[in-house]
Amino acid sequence: MTPLSWNRLPKVTPNATYALTQRGAGVPDRLPRPLLAHGNGRSYGDVCLTEHGTLLLTRGLDRFIEFDPERGILRCEAGATLADVLALTVPQGWFLPCTPGTRWATVGGAVANDVHGKNHHVAGSFGHHVRHLTLWRSDGSVIHCGPSDPGGWFAATVGGLGLTGLIQQVELQLMPIHNPWLNMASWRFTNLDAFWPLNREAEANWPYTVAWIDCLARGSAQGRGILMAGQHAPAQARLPNFKESRKRMPIDPPFSLVNGISLRAFNALYYRQPTHPAGTLSHYVPFFYPLDAIQHWNRIYGRRGFYQYQCVIPPEAAESATAELLNAIARRRQGSFLAVLKTFGHAPAAGMLSFARPGTTLALDFPNRGRATQSLLADLDTIVSQAGGALYPAKDARMPAALFQSGFPQWEAFSEFIDPGFSSRFWQRVTP
Amino acid sequence: MSLFSLRPAKRPLRRVVLLGATSAIAEQVARRLVAQGASLYCVGRQPQKLDALLDDLNVRAGSAQRIDGSCADLTDSARHAELIDAAEQHLGGIDAVLIAHGTLPDQQACSADANTALEQINTNALSVISLLTHLANRLEQQQHGVIAVIGSVAGDRGRQSNYVYGAAKGMVAIFLQGLRNRLAGANVAVVTIKPGFVDTPMTAGLNKGGPLWATPERVAQGIVRAMHKGANVVYLPWFWRPIMLIIKHIPEALFKRMSL
Ligand SMILES: Cc1cc2nc3c(=O)[nH]c(=O)nc-3n(C[C@H](O)[C@H](O)[C@H](O)COP(=O)(O)OP(=O)(O)OC[C@H]3O[C@@H](n4cnc5c(N)ncnc54)[C@H](O)[C@@H]3O)c2cc1C
Ligand SMILES: NC(=O)c1ccc[n+]([C@@H]2O[C@H](COP(=O)([O-])OP(=O)(O)OC[C@H]3O[C@@H](n4cnc5c(N)ncnc54)[C@H](OP(=O)(O)O)[C@@H]3O)[C@@H](O)[C@H]2O)c1
Repeated sequence: MTPLSWNRLPKVTPNATYALTQRGAGVPDRLPRPLLAHGNGRSYGDVCLTEHGTLLLTRGLDRFIEFDPERGILRCEAGATLADVLALTVPQGWFLPCTPGTRWATVGGAVANDVHGKNHHVAGSFGHHVRHLTLWRSDGSVIHCGPSDPGGWFAATVGGLGLTGLIQQVELQLMPIHNPWLNMASWRFTNLDAFWPLNREAEANWPYTVAWIDCLARGSAQGRGILMAGQHAPAQARLPNFKESRKRMPIDPPFSLVNGISLRAFNALYYRQPTHPAGTLSHYVPFFYPLDAIQHWNRIYGRRGFYQYQCVIPPEAAESATAELLNAIARRRQGSFLAVLKTFGHAPAAGMLSFARPGTTLALDFPNRGRATQSLLADLDTIVSQAGGALYPAKDARMPAALFQSGFPQWEAFSEFIDPGFSSRFWQRVTP
Repeated sequence: MSLFSLRPAKRPLRRVVLLGATSAIAEQVARRLVAQGASLYCVGRQPQKLDALLDDLNVRAGSAQRIDGSCADLTDSARHAELIDAAEQHLGGIDAVLIAHGTLPDQQACSADANTALEQINTNALSVISLLTHLANRLEQQQHGVIAVIGSVAGDRGRQSNYVYGAAKGMVAIFLQGLRNRLAGANVAVVTIKPGFVDTPMTAGLNKGGPLWATPERVAQGIVRAMHKGANVVYLPWFWRPIMLIIKHIPEALFKRMSL
């Protein structure tokens, strides 16, 4: 079976796949090149895909190597998922200091996209918590590096989109917690103007913040939504029981179940959910990973797949450009199910190609409706590019090369670190 | 639970020996057992692989669990007694054993060269029978225990594409039948495990995917369950039992003309 990315677009077949299982074994040199690591395919797009050469499947590299429960330092193979890590460390009082919205990403994938979470404003991105990593190069050499690496290998590999070689193992600094629960609060805001002050206030007081936006609402309600915030619960919290719900999307419909009608209904309902301004307890699984509750949820978009669109807009332009983006979407009535808005903090980027940077990030999902979708996305590109923003490679299957290059000005310097035996469809698309 | 529950008690798997422990399936069995609190003694062929396995299991284990192992080529039957001694000493006794090592030969190479065929029979059957002979005597003496062996659905009927492997697995299955019969009175369960297609390095050359393929995690879950139950013969996943029932009942006159 050909590996896909999470949005099931594009569908491209490599010449070969090779399942790695032994960290001591290196990369066999008889494999068709170029090579590319494929973690758990939780990217949306083609950073984890190649049309030529060999995909190196890393899920078999999922062993723990060493864990120091006193200091919260974990060394593991790069194909371990964040779920594997949490299952080991949460009961021992340690949490990932940065986590994306799915725990099915691998540690290697989290490094290669330098992923961010709801606490970027206080904790930076995933790469900020990596103490050390080991990189396999296609010429058989092995590079060990950490954040203070003078050679630049670390900064190139964090956010390096898998192009600097295969990340074989990673050493992470975890964060202490008292229990698996969070105190969370949520507030409704009536439009985008109301979001900004509310968000500033929440960021000053909470380590985790994120907002959902009803992007079908228009006029004075444009940008209405719900802001959620959370913090890890204290030691003496009175904890309820938690049982994870496990559902799956059982069918693979030929067309998208996300359409104008279902979206309108969903958004209206979601917006009216009860809010918890005074705080309530939430287990970490539903708090951080609401979508993980439904296995294969990506199937609701049908076999044609869907596009994610995640941009970041610099602070100066954030308010106006976000409004313009919402305008463009509402105008074309192609609203998105998951419209997520968050502001990033000011931590200097951990990697040369890191996406997270000061500013506001908006993430959207669109069912693939062919040309109509393409032209909407092109309109959004114009707004992002005029605002001096960038798109997230982890969530991209179509950005124009120029937008990549303007959003990631270090891309040429980065190219020096690319392993000549590695490439991806993404990289071939966005660079000459 | 009622005091007079009809369900037989689970057999304890607190001290377990894994032979061929670095196999992808055995590794998943090891993780499950460790998560249940077991101490393990793991025998693998390659030191690097074995160390990676032991490191991982040690990170997972609680402080009272003992995780260790040693390296051995299991076709070296002269070492079998000594390996089992070491395991017993290390664990302070043996509740259960899983024999998992094996190789999937290239049938054409086996057809072309008798030595290759014999080597494969040696790895997949004779080495197993030697280990079983030692283990059976010990467990019989202590009057409790579980002996589980990974066979294969391929051992249920010989097919042109894979009959040397099939013959070896079939030999082990019949040996286990006899052993089960012998040890039934000694409170020792003998569990024959017959997986179908499993996505592991052994099947790296095959085109995977589709409903007949199982993950090593899923198979391992079935193995641990069968060991706790002291089951006799388990097919994993379960649907291989009806499939193999049909395959075993195709008349030979017809079967010999099929390309399987
Ligand atoms: C529901 C959902 C929510 C998400 N939320 C967020 C979020 O909040 N924030 C965020 O930043 N992202 C988010 N993402 C995106 C996801 O976290 C990233 O795409 C992540 O990189 C996926 O990891 P993966 O292991 O599946 O990697 P893949 O998608 O398989 O690969 C991603 C990249 O990593 C490289 N790679 C993987 N393993 C290795 C390795 N061992 N060595 C070298 N390179 C490697 C690949 O070559 C590729 O370039 C979300 C995704 C989903 C499905
Ligand atoms: N995968 C399937 O589809 C499938 C189906 C039915 C049954 N099985 C059976 O399941 C068992 C486990 O196989 P697997 O699928 O997990 O494949 P695997 O990962 O390739 O495991 C096979 C293991 O056997 C070891 N081994 C082979 N010869 C050995 C020897 N002489 N001494 C010591 N160890 C030896 C190998 O060691 P090295 O790593 O050192 O080579 C390897 O660890 C095997 O008995 C196999 O026949 C598998």
